[in-house]
Amino acid sequence: MENISITLNRDTRFRDIVVETVGKDLFACYQCYKCSAGCPVSFAMDLLPHQVVRSILFLQKEKVLSSRTIWICASCETCTTRCPNEIDIAKVMDVLRQIQIESGKIAKEPKVPIFHKVFLDTIKKSGRVHELSMLRNFSLRSGDLKEKIKTGEWKNDLRLGLKMFLRGKLKILPPKCKGKEEVRRIFEQAEEHKKV
Amino acid sequence: MKVSFFPGCSLEGTAREYGESIEAVGEILGIELEELPDWNCCGASCAHCTNEFLSIALPARNLHLAEKFKQDLVTPCAACFSRLKAAEKALTSESRIDVAIPFKGEINILHLLEYLSRKDFLERMEKLIKRPLENLKVVSYYGCLIVRPPKTTDAEHWEDPKSLDILISKLGGESIFWPYKTECCGGSLVLTNVDIIHRLTGRLLAMAREVEADCIVTACPLCQSNLDTRQEEIGAKKGIKYDLPIFYFTELMGLAFGHKRVSKWFRRHIVDPRPLLKSRNLL
Repeated sequence: MENISITLNRDTRFRDIVVETVGKDLFACYQCYKCSAGCPVSFAMDLLPHQVVRSILFLQKEKVLSSRTIWICASCETCTTRCPNEIDIAKVMDVLRQIQIESGKIAKEPKVPIFHKVFLDTIKKSGRVHELSMLRNFSLRSGDLKEKIKTGEWKNDLRLGLKMFLRGKLKILPPKCKGKEEVRRIFEQAEEHKKV
Repeated sequence: MKVSFFPGCSLEGTAREYGESIEAVGEILGIELEELPDWNCCGASCAHCTNEFLSIALPARNLHLAEKFKQDLVTPCAACFSRLKAAEKALTSESRIDVAIPFKGEINILHLLEYLSRKDFLERMEKLIKRPLENLKVVSYYGCLIVRPPKTTDAEHWEDPKSLDILISKLGGESIFWPYKTECCGGSLVLTNVDIIHRLTGRLLAMAREVEADCIVTACPLCQSNLDTRQEEIGAKKGIKYDLPIFYFTELMGLAFGHKRVSKWFRRHIVDPRPLLKSRNLL
């Protein structure tokens, strides 16, 4: 009989980074679907949470990172709370998002990482979030305003914005935080702590 | 009674009436809420989605500041609470990431709801009630991050929490059971995927109506905002008119304590709660 030799030479780095960050062996997952069954946003996902875990184990990096799921996850922590094997699935989603952002590629739901970026930029600048400038930057940078002008949705947003303004819910001036230099240093240090 | 107070960014903006009612209720209960000097944003959902170091270091700076005062740190925001607690756990256990910010873990970090649900406060409240919330049917909405995950929040009951229900009953209101106490409202997806918010928040509104609640009470600025600001859009999609007032629990406390400036808080809501309260002779 002919001898067959099989060489398994697969890059496991991706899986290892996720496992290391989450601090729990993902192989403990026995695909019980509990995470997916309780997920409030599963209806909008292209990969269900239990499938995300399995795909990581199968080293399907691109499939996971290019999914809609990682951005649609609302971080409600239901999956993490209920997993019988104590896998922190919400944290798995966090690591995947972090790796995707670091890749520099366009995300499947591009508005979500742009939202995160403009939100964090206001903290970096002034130490706290200024809701009004965050909203303005988001609408401009994500193309959200352009889209809404096309669809006419901007009218609803403007009406709601005006109502909130008249009720004193939109603070005009940005907040003052004396520690903003310290906060900026935290952001600089964070740059050195990338996932990959 | 003194505590350190971490207000969070939304209290000066979208959740202004939450901040105002907290101040009023604190005064009535004799609690000195000392704002943590020079606090910074906890990073909310955006930091933990982007960079692990940032998600620990931003709240860690606040914990470091708070520890100097050697008293409980209280925050009214569910997201701030969640991030402060996550940082507490990371800093007091063997963590892979060293953020180089010292914190020994010698202070308690509490959500305001948990703090005010202490037995001695509940007893004190009973004597302070001037206008019991009679005939007001309330569903308690806890949302996600006050209770989940329990390993972070240290919550005792995460599937069926009761603190808000108990509080409402103490204030004389009728706390109605409903199955959506800890269902997600969609959180910050409101800016990027409003359709998801319409579905999740819409389910909450529909269920509140199903159980014949007059209003929903919350303990989170983002939950309150999603529930309060989207009713018109959700109603238009479904062909139903929603006008369900969404209260912060401290507003209902202020109302029951007979605070004079409650109308100033209620005026800030998108769904005006005053007609409901007038119809129940509470205003």
